[in-house]
Amino acid sequence: MQIIIDLINTILDTIWDVLPIALIIFGFQIFVLRKAIPNLKKIVSGFILVLLGLGFFLEGLEAALFPLGKLMAQQLTDPSFISAGDVEAVLGWWDYKFVYLFAFAIGFSTTIAEPSLLAVAIKANQVSAGSIGVWGLRIAVALGVAIGIALGAYRIVTGTPLYWYIITGYIFVVIQTIYAPRMIIALAYDSGGVTTSTVTVPLVAALGLGLSSTVPGRSPLLDGFGLIAFASLFPIMSVMAYAQLSEWVAKRNNST
Amino acid sequence: MKSVRAVIASLMDSVRDLLPIILVIGFFQLVVLQQPIPNFGEILIGILFVVIGLTLFVHGLNLGLFPIGETMAYSFASKGSIFWLLVFAFALGFGTTVAEPALIAVANEAAIVAASGQMIEDSEQARDSYAFGLRITVAISVGFAIVLGVFRIIKGWPIQYLIIVGYIGVVIMTVFAPKEIIGIAYDSGGVTTSTITVPLVTALGVGLASSIKGRNPMIDGFGLIAFASLTPMIFVMGYGMVV
Repeated sequence: MQIIIDLINTILDTIWDVLPIALIIFGFQIFVLRKAIPNLKKIVSGFILVLLGLGFFLEGLEAALFPLGKLMAQQLTDPSFISAGDVEAVLGWWDYKFVYLFAFAIGFSTTIAEPSLLAVAIKANQVSAGSIGVWGLRIAVALGVAIGIALGAYRIVTGTPLYWYIITGYIFVVIQTIYAPRMIIALAYDSGGVTTSTVTVPLVAALGLGLSSTVPGRSPLLDGFGLIAFASLFPIMSVMAYAQLSEWVAKRNNST
Repeated sequence: MKSVRAVIASLMDSVRDLLPIILVIGFFQLVVLQQPIPNFGEILIGILFVVIGLTLFVHGLNLGLFPIGETMAYSFASKGSIFWLLVFAFALGFGTTVAEPALIAVANEAAIVAASGQMIEDSEQARDSYAFGLRITVAISVGFAIVLGVFRIIKGWPIQYLIIVGYIGVVIMTVFAPKEIIGIAYDSGGVTTSTITVPLVTALGVGLASSIKGRNPMIDGFGLIAFASLTPMIFVMGYGMVV
């Protein structure tokens, strides 16, 4: 069974990734804090579960979703699909409509499955005593990533410079920060960083690469980057918007 | 019987988390591209693996990563040594980033861009040393970010001022950095924080904010990840200017 061998290899790789973290934690615990770790057995079994979980998770993605998703990104950005067989046609930005739709959908759905976002949502729910919903936060972040990646795909198609979008985004974030409820601000900034990890990055990278190598005049080396940056910027705005919206709804319900 | 039901319930949660991806890929394959799904059996096994993996991960999170992050935050706070806390913060940021597979991939990619843009010599040796330097740069910047973030929690500074200063830094660096590096620099902010680092660092921040008097875990506890995704952008553009 090839998949079992692959699974074991993936788990071994994950152990290598976790090893430095475990060394730092236990090193500081033993040499600096000099305290026994409470519930050591529970914590070690938690680490083992995380290791096994990530191993299964990554191997499953590698076996099932990544090959199909990457192939799909290539096929959707293929000029012969976009021009519907008409080789002579000059393509406008709207001809890539299915690419934007795919970018939006894949951005949203991979973010919902992203384990690190789930972790932050669970923590935020605990800390806020339930006033921030796990699903509310995840959907807000996923919408942000979806919009970000769709816009990023549009940027690659049109070839406009990346920094215009990012700097405009920054200005929006600063203005929103002034009006957003204070308790959401730090969490919103964090959600920009947690969105893009194991599930999103490989599929989004394949999309950027496919798009920048088939759109005339783009180079994968110069234009293929930047989708991740979009995916980390837009959730900041969408999470603050989510908090502003819930505050507004709560106010309106109180006044009536 | 009750525990069996709990396992099934958490497996169902994972299925629900995964359902959107399955629907999206299924829709595009069958409706837009109008092609059959290849290797159907293999894909089913893969999806089963993902569901099992996600369920185990969430359980391990609550058993291991969250408690250890918070326990260490409490121990450092009660020990009262800011110096060692900051050393720990740096080690955690540096150590978890330097070996991050996503970062290694981006660094190698960046070296190819730099070589094709004639910023460095196009030889394997030059590319390797460029990629290695970039990795160290990003790892140092993440270490610095966690130190800064922990220091902010201790002091209780509002996060937005620091972030705005960071944004201004990014904008200024963008003006001066070589054009080829900008895309990579912007992306490097997103790839640094791995699936294991995020829960650990979040628990550390929240634990610190709840054990220091006068700090609110919601307002002060979050924000470490935000610094860790902002500083690499500035540092990588700086690296592009120096090398």
